[in-house]
Parts: sequence; structure tokens; C-alpha cells
Amino acid sequence: MSIVPRTAAGATVEPPGRTDRRTADGRVVGTPRRQRRWTWLLTALAKHATLIGLSVIFLIPLVWMVTGAFKTAADLNASPTVWFPDQITFDNFTQAAQLFPLARYFFNTAVICIFSMVGAVASSAMVGYGLARIEWRGRTALFVVILATTMVPFYVTMLPVFEIWRAVGLTNTWLPLILPQFLGVPIYIFLLRQFLMSLPKELSESARIDGANEWQIFTRVTLPLIKPALVAVGLFQFLASWNDFLGPLIYLSDARLYTVSLGLNFFRGEYSTEFGPLMAVSTLAVVPIVVLFFFAQRTFIEGITLTGVKG
Amino acid sequence: MSRMQRDNQRWGLIFCSPAIVGLLLLTVYPVLRSLQASFTSATMMTSGDFIGLSNYSDLLGDDTFWRSLGNTVFILVWSLPLSILVALALALLLNLDVRGRSVYRVIFFVPSIVPLVATAVVWSYVFDPQYGILNSLLGAVGIQGPSWLADPAWAKPALIIIAIWGVGGLMVILLAGVQDVPAQLYESAKLDGAGVFSRFRHVTLPFMSPHLLFALVTGLIAGFQYFTEVFVLTSGQGEPAGSTMVAGLYLYQNLFEFFRTGYATAMAWVLFLLAALTAVVVFRTVGRRVYYGGS
Repeated sequence: MSIVPRTAAGATVEPPGRTDRRTADGRVVGTPRRQRRWTWLLTALAKHATLIGLSVIFLIPLVWMVTGAFKTAADLNASPTVWFPDQITFDNFTQAAQLFPLARYFFNTAVICIFSMVGAVASSAMVGYGLARIEWRGRTALFVVILATTMVPFYVTMLPVFEIWRAVGLTNTWLPLILPQFLGVPIYIFLLRQFLMSLPKELSESARIDGANEWQIFTRVTLPLIKPALVAVGLFQFLASWNDFLGPLIYLSDARLYTVSLGLNFFRGEYSTEFGPLMAVSTLAVVPIVVLFFFAQRTFIEGITLTGVKG
Repeated sequence: MSRMQRDNQRWGLIFCSPAIVGLLLLTVYPVLRSLQASFTSATMMTSGDFIGLSNYSDLLGDDTFWRSLGNTVFILVWSLPLSILVALALALLLNLDVRGRSVYRVIFFVPSIVPLVATAVVWSYVFDPQYGILNSLLGAVGIQGPSWLADPAWAKPALIIIAIWGVGGLMVILLAGVQDVPAQLYESAKLDGAGVFSRFRHVTLPFMSPHLLFALVTGLIAGFQYFTEVFVLTSGQGEPAGSTMVAGLYLYQNLFEFFRTGYATAMAWVLFLLAALTAVVVFRTVGRRVYYGGS
């Protein structure tokens, strides 16, 4: 640390000695060695006990879901409650697959997610570039207007947008769920613009001197440099499309086109007490998202911190 | 205009064209159109007649609307402060020097990325009075649990619990805020004799206040849009006994079940104005006390 901290009174703070323990909030812990070790042990224990207790509370619903998916009918109905079954069964999954075209719903959702991702990344990168890297009249105004649209709640625009899709005969298709992403997503435009603003101007200048036009600079010079941000945008859009419920609910009436979320909703409507198959389907709906999160944890968390998007 | 400037103007417009089209098609036109529709007797199939403010005055006399607004506000008033408190507590805990912080962080975060429909279905099992885990746990400590989602008095508290379970995203934002507080400030405060509580009050809180204001405002706006969990858990009916009929659900019913589109758009504008008004009040009152000295 290069700056020596000063107290309000102006006295310099003694830098902590090597044997002193400094906690994350900057406290320097006690002096007598034996006592210090004990208090350290006790506080560590207290911290872990609290965190473990809270973790258990947060995990109970998910554990209950997963164990429920693998329980036999007898265990599901048992009283007192069976926490972890002795016998694991896949009956709930096969039963769910009979009642419910699971594979088709997964395929449908994947198609919507992938096209939405491509659209969101491509269009938001383009617009972000246009706002950050090209100096033209009106770019600040456009940026402000784009940000302002995030304040308009979906329920205000829901009906007119539905009417537009109905007028062109595209309700009951996936296009209303995919095409809007090709027109730039405001929050991603914001994120990518911030990234692009931080790149040095000289990058574009030298490419321009070599005779590259704006499009070539965008695709060959700039895009490779903002790959991490593009990945973050792709992940967020995947998550948003995977979790979307209202969109499919409004636009899809043909059961063959349903997404996992929409199918799960109707499944619950019909079999609200068939907890075994319900938990089996829920587990399948949650697993892809959790796996994706584990592989891309850092990107997720940094993206949320930067934009405040919560999926 | 020089050639260079003209080129830039052209390229700028080309690159931004997707957003310009999107803006006009998905926001500007829809906003104007829904405002216009709110003054008509439009249904899903007919464009209706101009009826002035009738939809708005009908709303004032609509008991279901008032009740749905009351339920929305009730859920918001409980779940927002509790969510912020829980998220802040988790963020402060995770900011302590403990082993395995990243594991705990994942555990608290994961519920927030579970699809809302799955969240609702899983919790319907947790809350089930007969087969659910919650009442079984309560029974183990001698408490006879309520019927939760089937009981008009307990359905809203159940929904609030579900909302708090998903605070992970907010926790991550607040954690970033806690980590921005300069460590020297804690040391100085400590040397000046400030205790744990006073350090939290005078160092942590001021530095976190922009993040907390952000959480409050986005939470408010999201609260007025509350819909999916209730829709899934009550098959779109707001049961039992209308106790979970929220504004978002009543609006959806008017649009896609009763096809009273003119009336529904009027309701949308009232909700929008209420949300905006609340946000302005928060900015004027809480926003004044926010400290922007950090970062």
C-alpha cells in the first residue's frame, strides 16, 4: 500500500506488524498471541456457523426439488417426511415424459434461446459501436432515448406490440420471441457502449489509415477486443430467453410450440399434486441454467455488477 | 460538412439503425397507441369508440382493481425492504474474511437464476400443507403450520418468502458496493474509537447508499410488474379468495381473458404513473441523503 492512511486527527497509522491478523473490513486483531488465536478461532466458527445455516435455508427448496424427483410414490407420500430416499427411482421422469413432450419443449426452448442470443449480441454490438466509436450528430440524444426506454414497463407496450405481430400474421410462431432481440437490447447496448468507450481511439485511426472502412474496423479490429463483454451479453440473453414466461404465454397457443417454462406451467395446472413428475420436470428446467452458470460464473457476476441486470 | 463528417454521419446511422427501428416499432409507436387506446372502448377484435376518460373513471369504481393494487402494494412493501435487508446482510457476511466465500456466494446466488415457473412449482411443493417440507419442519418443533398458499391469510406471506429467496442478484450488486469501501476509512474510524455498529452506520452505509438507492428504485419498478409467480401458482386466478390477485394479473386477465383492451391499457397507464410517482418521491426523499463521494 503506497498511501499511508491518516486519522482525522492527523496522526499516521502504524502499519500492522507481520503477526497481526487483518480482517477484510480492515480491523487489526488483538495482541497477546494465545488469546488472539482463540478469538480468531471463535469468530471463524461463528462466521461459518452463520453462513452454513443460511446456506441450508437457501438450499432446502432445491434439495427438496431434486430428492422429490427421484423419490418413489411411497416415499413422496410418507409421513413422517422422508428427506433422502433409500431407494432412487427414475419413474417420475418416465411418467413426466409420457404426460408431456419434454424433448420437444427442450428443443423449442433451445432454438428460441440460440437465435435470441445471436440477435442480441450482433445488434447490440453494432449499436454500441455506432454510439461509442463513431462521431455523428445525434448519437448522445439517441443514447439517452435508448436508456429512457428501459423505464417503460412491459405492460404499457404489451398490447400494441401484440397487435403488430397479429397484423402481420406471426402470432403463434417463435418470431415475436426472437426478432425483437435483433433490434438491439437497451441494457446490453449500454454495457457494450461502456466497454467500447474505454478502448483507445488510436486503434481505429491506424486501421483507417490502412484503408479499412468503418465496417471492417468493427468486425476485424474492435469485436475481437470485446469478446468477454460479448460473451456476457450472450449469456444474459440465453438466461432471459430460457426463463421467459410471459412472452411464450402471450404468443404461443399451439402446444407443439411450447417452451419448457410454458409447458411446466400447464403441466402444473393439470397435475398440481403429482409432485414426483412435477419435480422431475422442474429439475430438468433448472439444471441447464445452473450448469451454464458454473461454467461462466465470473462473467455472470461481473456482468451483473456492471449493469445491475438480474437475468 | 466535410467528407469525413458526412461519412461518419452515414456510418453512425447505419450502425444504429437496428436500435432506431426497434425504438420506433417496439416503444414509440406502442406507447402512443396504448395511450390512445386507453381513451376508447376497444376490445381485442374491435377498435371501439372514443369515450374520453370513462375507462379511468370506471377504474376508480372497480373493487377488483383496488384490491389488486392493495395486494401489489402489500407484497411490495414487505418483500422489498426485507429483500434489501437480507441481500445487505449476506453481502456483509460474504465480505468477511472467511474460507470458501465463493462457494457460499454461489449457494446464495443460484436461486435467483432458477426460472420463475420452476421457482413457483418448487415452492408449491415446499408449501404444500400435506406433503411439503416446511410444515413438516414446523411440526418437528411443535408448530402447526398454516395451509400457506391455500389460506387467504397466508398466501401473500408465502409469496413474500419466495421473493426473498431470489435476492442473489441484488446481493451480488451490494457485495460490489461493500468491496468499494476503502479499507483505510475503517482503520481511521477504529482509531477514532468507533465500534462495529458505528463503523457500519458512518462508513459502510454512506458508501453503500448509491447501491441501496438503485436497489430501492429498481425493486419498486419491478414490484409493480409482479406477475409470473402468482400466475403459475394460482393458474392465473389470484386465488384463494382473491387474496393474491395482483395488479399485473388483473391487467393480464382484462387483456387476454376478458378482451377489454381499452380498459386494460388505461390500467397500465395508471400503474405506470403510480410507479413513476413513487420512484420520484423516493429520489426526492431518500435520494437526497445518498453519498456520492465514493467511486
